[in-house]
Amino acid sequence: MSTSPTLHVAVKHQVGSFKLQAEFLAAPGLTAFFGRSGSGKTTLVNLIAGLATPGAGRIEVGDDVLFDSDKRINVSPERRRVGYVFQEDRLFPHMTVRGNLTYGQRFRNKATRRYYLEDVTDLLDIDTLLDRRPAGLSGGERQRVAIGRALLSSPDILLMDEPLASLDSARKSQILPFIERLRDDVGIPIVYVSHAIDEVVRLADTMVIMDNGSTVAVGPVEDIMSRLDLRPLTGRYEAGAVFPVTVAGHDKTYGLTELAFPGGRLWVPALDQDLGYKMRMRIRARDVSLSLGKPVDSSFLNIVEGNVVEIRPEAGPQTDILLDVGTPLIARVTQKSVAAMRLQPGTKVFALIKAAAIDRHAMGFGGTRQRQKY
Amino acid sequence: MALSSLEMEALQLSLQVALLAIGVSLPIGIAMAWVLVRKTFPGRILLDSIVHLPLIVPPVVVGYLLLVIMGRRGLIGAWLWETFQISIAFSWQGAAAAAGVMAFPLLVRSIRQELEAVDRKLEQAACTLGARPFVVFVTVTLPLIVPGILTGTILAFARCLGEFGATITFVSNIPGETRTLPLALYTAVQSPGGEGAALRLMMISLALALGALITSEYLTRRTRK
Repeated sequence: MSTSPTLHVAVKHQVGSFKLQAEFLAAPGLTAFFGRSGSGKTTLVNLIAGLATPGAGRIEVGDDVLFDSDKRINVSPERRRVGYVFQEDRLFPHMTVRGNLTYGQRFRNKATRRYYLEDVTDLLDIDTLLDRRPAGLSGGERQRVAIGRALLSSPDILLMDEPLASLDSARKSQILPFIERLRDDVGIPIVYVSHAIDEVVRLADTMVIMDNGSTVAVGPVEDIMSRLDLRPLTGRYEAGAVFPVTVAGHDKTYGLTELAFPGGRLWVPALDQDLGYKMRMRIRARDVSLSLGKPVDSSFLNIVEGNVVEIRPEAGPQTDILLDVGTPLIARVTQKSVAAMRLQPGTKVFALIKAAAIDRHAMGFGGTRQRQKY
Repeated sequence: MALSSLEMEALQLSLQVALLAIGVSLPIGIAMAWVLVRKTFPGRILLDSIVHLPLIVPPVVVGYLLLVIMGRRGLIGAWLWETFQISIAFSWQGAAAAAGVMAFPLLVRSIRQELEAVDRKLEQAACTLGARPFVVFVTVTLPLIVPGILTGTILAFARCLGEFGATITFVSNIPGETRTLPLALYTAVQSPGGEGAALRLMMISLALALGALITSEYLTRRTRK
């Protein structure tokens, strides 16, 4: 495949008193629907899958129109070629893992099959489970089988509704690499619903932010995460600027890794990656402090120079400040400091980033730019 | 405890009647359970009540109703007779009809309970994988309600073997044609010197019913695992 199809959604929908209004164009790759629970993410995914019918609008995957209220098109869910990985695994209890995996295959003629059992069991590392029943599998295994089952129905688009929500964090970190592999290898658009910002930063190319039934912002993860006006939605505590980095060196003596980013160099706790490896990193606003002069004799390993771009007035004692250090960076400081330092747009500052605060969770391995597409 | 040929005949006839009754009413019962669980329409409660009526109405009433409808001069029976020269009245097929109607509620109830417990999310998942609604039913719903179907079938089968009131009213008590176990037992009790036969027929009936209940329980436990 030369190009991966895109997903285009423009719908209005009402369930009881809840109104949903969504409009976005998802670029190829992984698109994350991000928002609080109850913001309409699952409803929107169900509309795309055809499990619910929008009041009005249009849904397209590539050149296929799945729904168009004006032209009275509403393709039934079984004909939509949509792979759906649900929050719960929803495996068929009366079938073996093999039976589950191949269930969707029989409904596609051989010519249009995209994936084969061997490839998928390889990709998801489930080849040893084939003859077992779902009841005997662990939560992580079950969810991997569910992903495999969706893939083997050879969908044109893969929808994943918080596939990790029911798993503990150890299981989550086991499955995340598989989803990264999917994103990089399968060549179809993936919609990934989540309310966990670390998952989104790690996996997504495009972010669709949902709030109270509406899509309030759509764009590349890096852009969305550096918008101060979206901070109440992207999360005060966990959110921060996102940018691409490259592994530039290792310091074995102190167990550190040096990363090159558009604003200079950063030291972080050692990463097990080769030199030149590219990835995406999120630096939480609360881990960034500001100084007017360059600190000497401080414990901060990472000091980068830049300018204040925007200060967003807020009601609480703290505020977010958008910096330009060669790339957008967000710092969270007290209102008192803003006044004392007389910060305003244009002020030259030094951003101090705690190395220890940057952990694996902040990294998106196999980030956008080194993606191989086929 | 040797059975006389007449008693053997009654046992054989009973099994034959019950098999036909179940064979015909099982698909209808599954469809009925599905309609009652999955469809909402005006008159659903009425339909539900009609299905359950044979459980509480005196069997004689059901038998007479069958006679009125399916008898040679009945509403449908007359037409069947005139057009195709077919009649089930006073035949073993008629006995099967009476038994089937009486056992129908038991069949529907068991299947229905199981169907209500089926997770519809599994059906949705099958649908997104490309299965048409009928295929979803056959590959997902049906296998999941197998325990209910088994229990219902066995209970209904036992009920068919025991059918008396509706049968004698609709198809009478004809040796070799409609004289099933309970009717043979009734006849034996009524005849002077029939105590030995009555006792044997009673034992067979009890054994069959008990066997059915135990099998049903065993199968339920096995399939639930």
